[in-house]
Amino acid sequence: MAKGKTFKRPEALRDCPTHYCPGCTHGVIHRLVAEVIDELGVRGRTVGIAPVGCAVLAYNYFNCDFQEAAHGRAPAMATGIKRVRPDLMVFTYQGDGDLASIGMGEIVHAANRGEKFTTIFVNNAIYGMTGGQMAPTTMPGQRTSTSPFGRDAAQVGMPIRVAELLASLQTPAYIARQTVIKPKYIARARKAIHKAFSYQLANRCFSLVEIVSTCPTNWGMTPLDAVEWTEKTLLAYYPPGEIKTPEAAEER
Amino acid sequence: MGKILMKGNEAIGEAAIRAGCTNYFAYPITPQSEVAEYLARRLPEVGGVFLQGESEVAVSYMIFGASACGERVFTTSSSPGISLMSEGISYIAAAQCPAVFVNIMRGGPGLGGILPSQGDYFQATKGGGHGDYRLLVLAPASVQEAAEMVMQAFSLAEKYRNPVMILGDGLIGQMMEPVAFPEHLATPPVNKDDWATNGMANRGSQRPNLVKTLYLDPEQLNAHNLTLRAKYQRMRQEEVRFEPYNTEVDYQVLIVSFGTMSRVCRTAIDNLKAQGREVAMIRPQTLFPYPEAAVREAAAKASCRVVLSVEMNMGQMVEDVERSVRGQRPVEWFGKCGGEVPTPEEVMEAVRGLLAR
Amino acid sequence: MAYLHTIDRERCKGCGLCVAVCPKDVLELDREANTKGYFPAHQARPQDCIFCAMCGVMCPDVAIRIEEVQDESAA
Repeated sequence: MAKGKTFKRPEALRDCPTHYCPGCTHGVIHRLVAEVIDELGVRGRTVGIAPVGCAVLAYNYFNCDFQEAAHGRAPAMATGIKRVRPDLMVFTYQGDGDLASIGMGEIVHAANRGEKFTTIFVNNAIYGMTGGQMAPTTMPGQRTSTSPFGRDAAQVGMPIRVAELLASLQTPAYIARQTVIKPKYIARARKAIHKAFSYQLANRCFSLVEIVSTCPTNWGMTPLDAVEWTEKTLLAYYPPGEIKTPEAAEER
Repeated sequence: MGKILMKGNEAIGEAAIRAGCTNYFAYPITPQSEVAEYLARRLPEVGGVFLQGESEVAVSYMIFGASACGERVFTTSSSPGISLMSEGISYIAAAQCPAVFVNIMRGGPGLGGILPSQGDYFQATKGGGHGDYRLLVLAPASVQEAAEMVMQAFSLAEKYRNPVMILGDGLIGQMMEPVAFPEHLATPPVNKDDWATNGMANRGSQRPNLVKTLYLDPEQLNAHNLTLRAKYQRMRQEEVRFEPYNTEVDYQVLIVSFGTMSRVCRTAIDNLKAQGREVAMIRPQTLFPYPEAAVREAAAKASCRVVLSVEMNMGQMVEDVERSVRGQRPVEWFGKCGGEVPTPEEVMEAVRGLLAR
Repeated sequence: MAYLHTIDRERCKGCGLCVAVCPKDVLELDREANTKGYFPAHQARPQDCIFCAMCGVMCPDVAIRIEEVQDESAA
C-alpha cells in the first residue's frame, strides 16, 4: 500500500484563478480559511467581509456569502452582523493598511467590546493594491514608494505590533500570530485559524489571527527571496505564537 | 389610540420599534442623545439590539453590515455626526441596502452650536457623500409627523432598497408634543433572500450572495449608476409630498418653508391675513424628491408677485425654489441660523419688505 | 492504493515555492510558458514523488492536486 496523502481544493474555495501576484501568500491564507470553514461545516451560515486592498477580490474566491467593506471598516460591519444575526459565522479578512492604519479605531473597539467574530489579519508590511506604499507595519529602513529612503522611525515611528497591541486589552480574546511562508509554519497557521473559528463557533470571544505574509512584487523580490526576508527580518520583529487566549485572560 | 406627551427624540426611538425595527446603533451627540438613552432602556424590553459605537463612522458601517445581512436597522445623529456617516451612506446607497438615518440638525458649519438649524439641506438632498446617489429625505414639522415619517421610512427604504433620511432639527428632537403611533404605518419586512448575506443554508441556496460596491469595469459601473438613477426617477414620480397652506386665496407672496420653520411661517401668514394681507405657503414634506411642480404652479398664480424661501440656514432650499419657479417670479430668501429661530414678526417684516419694493 | 499527482499548468503562476519545498527535488519550472506567460512547475522526476503534499500545502494557487487512484496492478 503506497503511503501518501491526497490534496484538493476545499469546497469553500472557488475553483478559479486569482489575481494575486505569483508567490503572494494571500492564496495560501485563503485556502487555510476555506479548509477550516469546511472542517467546521459552517459554510452555509458564514459571511466573510472583504477589505479594501489586494484581498478585496476575496469575495470572488470564497464560496460563501460575502460583504465588501469600506477601507478599514470591516470590523464595524462584522459587529453589525453579529449583533443582529449572532447565528451567522462572520470573519473579516484584512490587510495591514486596512486594519492597522485607517481601521485601527474599528479593530481596537471591536476587540475591546469582545465582538464574537474572527479577523484574519494579513501583515505583509506594505500597501499592495495601491502599489507598494509604506504601511503601519513597514519595517525600519524598509524602502517603499512612500518611504523611498527607507522607513525613518524618527519621522514616522516604529512598526505597530497589532497582535500585542490588541492583546493588551482587558476583554478576553484569542489572539495569535503565525506565518505561511513554509509548510511547517502553514500547519501552525492552520491550527490557529481553526482555533479562532472554534472560539467563535462556541460564542466565546473575539478572535484574531495575524498572519505574516509576503508581497514579492512590491518588496521588489522573487517569491523565494521574499520568503527568506520574511523569515529573517519580519519574524524577528513579529514573533509568531499564541499571544492571548480567553482562558489565560480569565485566570487573572 | 391614545396620545402620549413625548419628547421628540424619544418618540423617534419608539416609532422605530413600533414600525418593527428593533436594531439600533448610534453615537451620542447633542441635540439627539436622548434617542440612544431612551432605546438603551427600551430595546432590551423588546429583545432588540442596542449598541453605542465608537464613532459615527463605525456606526454607519454597523448599519451597513446589519442591513446587508437582511435586518431592519436604523440610527440617529446630528449634523457633524451625519458628515462622518456620509461615506457609509454612499456605500449603503451604492450597495442598494435599506436603512434609516435620522438627522436632528444643529447649527454649523464645523462644531457649530447645539441649537436647531436647517443647515444640512444640501448635505441631505444633494448628497453628503461621494458619487451619484440620492436619499429619500422626509422633513417633519412636528413630533407626530416625525414619528409617522420614521414609521414609514422602513417600508420606503425596502421599497427602493435605498437609505431614507428623516431631516429634523433640534426643536423637533427636544420639544414635547402629544404623539400616537398609528399601527397601519407598521409594515412587515420584505423577504431579502435574493440579495442579503443571511447565510446560504438559511435560505436553502447553493448560490452565495454578495453585497459590494466595487465595479472596476467602467461599463458595469455606468450600468449600475443607471440602475440607481432609475430608482431616483421613480421616487420623483411616486414619493413627492407637500402641504399647501392658504393657497386657495389670491395671495401676493408665496412662502416655501419646511420643518419647524414652516410652523413659524404659518403663524406669520395667519397674522398677515388678519391684517388683510394674503400670503400662501407650500411646505415640502419630502425634500428629495422635491415638490417642484407644486411650487411652480403656486408661484404661477396671477396674484403672486414674489416667492420667499424661509429657512434656518443661509439660503439652501432657495436654490431648489428658484429651479422650480424657473424665473416666472422673483425668488428671495429670508432666514437666520446658528440656533436663532426667526420669529413670526420677523417673517412678517420680511414679507412687508418684499412687497414695499 | 496509488496516488496521482497533477499540476494545473494554466493555474500555476510559476512562483517556484513548491519547487523549493519538495523534499525529494521532484519539481522544476517548465521551459514552455503557459497561456498567461508563466513558466509552470511540473514533475521532472515523478518516480521520486512520495505524495507528501508539501507542494500542495505551499502552493498559493491551489494548482496542485493529489488523488487516490486504483492501483495499476490491481486494475
